[in-house]
Amino acid sequence: MRRYFGRKLLVYGLTFFVAVTINWMVPRFMPGDPVSSMVARTGASNPAAAETMRVYYTGLFGLDQPIWQQYFNFWATLFQGDFGISIWAFPTPVSEIILGAVPYTLALMIPAILLSWVVGNWFGAYAARRKALDNAVLPIGYILTAMPYMWLAVLLAWGLGVVAGLFPVAGGYSFSTRPNWSWDFFLDLLHHWTLPFASLFLAALGGWAIGMRNMIIYELESDYSNYLSALGAPQRLIRRYAFRNAVLPQITGLALQLGVLVAGALVTEIVFSYPGLGSLILKAIQNQDFFLLQGTFLFIVLGVLIANFIIDIVYVVVDPRTRAGMAGAQA
Amino acid sequence: MSLRVSDLKVYYKTLKGQVKALDGVSFEVGDREILGLAGESGCGKTTLGKSLIRMDGRMRHIGGTVELDGEEMPIGDDRRMNAFRFHEVSLIPQYSMSALNPTRKIGKMVAELLHSRGVALDAGKLRGRLDAVGLPHEVLDRYPIELSGGMKQRVVMVVSTLLDPSLLIADEITSALDVSTQKAVAGALAAFRDDGLVKSMIFVTHDLSLTYQIADTIMVMYAGKLAEKAPAKEIVEAPRHPYTRLLINSLPEVGVRYADRKLTGIAGSPPSLLNPPKGCRFRDRCPLAFAQCEQEPPVVEVAPNHSVACWKA
Ligand SMILES: Nc1ncnc2c1ncn2[C@@H]1O[C@H](COP(=O)(O)OP(=O)(O)O)[C@@H](O)[C@H]1O
Ligand code: SF4
Ligand SMILES: [Mg+2]
Repeated sequence: MRRYFGRKLLVYGLTFFVAVTINWMVPRFMPGDPVSSMVARTGASNPAAAETMRVYYTGLFGLDQPIWQQYFNFWATLFQGDFGISIWAFPTPVSEIILGAVPYTLALMIPAILLSWVVGNWFGAYAARRKALDNAVLPIGYILTAMPYMWLAVLLAWGLGVVAGLFPVAGGYSFSTRPNWSWDFFLDLLHHWTLPFASLFLAALGGWAIGMRNMIIYELESDYSNYLSALGAPQRLIRRYAFRNAVLPQITGLALQLGVLVAGALVTEIVFSYPGLGSLILKAIQNQDFFLLQGTFLFIVLGVLIANFIIDIVYVVVDPRTRAGMAGAQA
Repeated sequence: MSLRVSDLKVYYKTLKGQVKALDGVSFEVGDREILGLAGESGCGKTTLGKSLIRMDGRMRHIGGTVELDGEEMPIGDDRRMNAFRFHEVSLIPQYSMSALNPTRKIGKMVAELLHSRGVALDAGKLRGRLDAVGLPHEVLDRYPIELSGGMKQRVVMVVSTLLDPSLLIADEITSALDVSTQKAVAGALAAFRDDGLVKSMIFVTHDLSLTYQIADTIMVMYAGKLAEKAPAKEIVEAPRHPYTRLLINSLPEVGVRYADRKLTGIAGSPPSLLNPPKGCRFRDRCPLAFAQCEQEPPVVEVAPNHSVACWKA
């Protein structure tokens, strides 16, 4: 057990190390002078402001220092939570911008991923081998998964937002309000959250339901199910076993989803102009804000690694085969 | 008489039509009798075994009856058949290696299975049965993946016989094992009968020499029909049906078994049962075939307890 997690941690540590190193290398080995091109790209008309930025960035890159020194400095600032200063929102620190965006992305993605997983698996498991329901769940599931996400999102925004006027279609909260800790603001947030959430939820729902349905049918046809049936075990027991075993690969699927959480958020946040990490990436690219992009990227890598590690732990708890495998590795 | 099967017909429903896998088979198995069921692959042995406990979705009970201890079993009615399963008829499947739910500890699985059948778990009895097949009690606390193939096989044997069924069906359970394990498994099965755990048994295998070691009676099937049935010694020493003779001649020496020997001795292969040939189904491979064989030969008792379906017998 110790060794298993030790090995996992080592792999994750290495991944993080490589990601940070690549992140550090890119601006330094890009052709041309990154500092002046960055300053030029911001189009700062005021020469004084441009000069301030130039001095700041040269110092930050520490281009006058030896290369290994630059590398260590990069790590040192990283551990202080310092990702640099944004160009697009100069002079706000990148970390501050990211921390402002993270709650929106998490509040959108985590409920959407988890709820679609739970509901989808439940539907799929329930429909498997139940004729009437299966005939409904299967086509609806296929329609939902086959439909390009963009369509679904636009369809929802147009139908429920523009035509029916039930929900706002842009922003994280109304333009007229400022974020504050009031009940009204919370309702306003919820109101803006509904459509992007629903689009993500529906898009993922069909896939989970179909996957679960197929897994359950596979398990119901497996040898242990046949053996139990031959011994007259009731369907209830067999389905319970089938469900438990079918859920295991679905957990892997969930891990992958949580891992690429932010990538999923990108399109949603753009369609609904939702102020999360996805929108931030878009802004960083549009404004060629290298530090913001770098910071967001590192943050995402960290998130992916943490999500995967949590799933590793969950897997060990729920699947005895992983535990047996670990025992075997130790012997 | 423990089991009485009369004119049993079970077909598979397929897109191309009905596969007549079991086409009018009658036989009996007495109390404390082990019936060895032999024949090449595709003769309908598995179909017969499954018909007696649980038919799969494609199987159709076309005709005939099955009586166990004087009571007719509703083999075509999956629901009503449940009362018999495990309690009266039980099965050691071919796939013992994968018959146990991989994510349940064996003890827990057994408890849940018994509970679902409304039977109280008798822990002492279960441990006694494990002792009998030489399994440590700790296996109850293990997951299937932690056991060797032979141990899994024995666990399945214990589970299947836990409720002392009247009839036990063992389908090709030794095919995947090495020779010494095969002997041990066959010995354990015979012990189940000797100790009265099961009243009678159908031991299915394509390996005649192994059947000979434990069966009291051997029944040879060919293309969904009975070819010959006789006491084990008699069928091996004095076979009457041309098919049985060829099967036995293809063995190196009865009682000796070479690891991977296949029944290569008989030219050709069994016919497709989608449209089985008229008359004797063995005709196109039979060295003795003659004009009358275009008629189907009836099953005739040529000697006490010795039945043959052949015009030349
Ligand atoms: N699911 C099925 N669908 C159609 N035909 C089948 C099916 N299972 C078996 N059969 C056919 O039934 C016949 C008997 O098969 P089986 O009982 O498995 O023979 P054995 O166990 O003696 O090898 C074979 O001709 C086989 O092709
Ligand atoms: S009935 Fe005819 S074809 Fe069939 S086994 Fe006997 S001799 Fe051969
Ligand atoms: Mg078979």
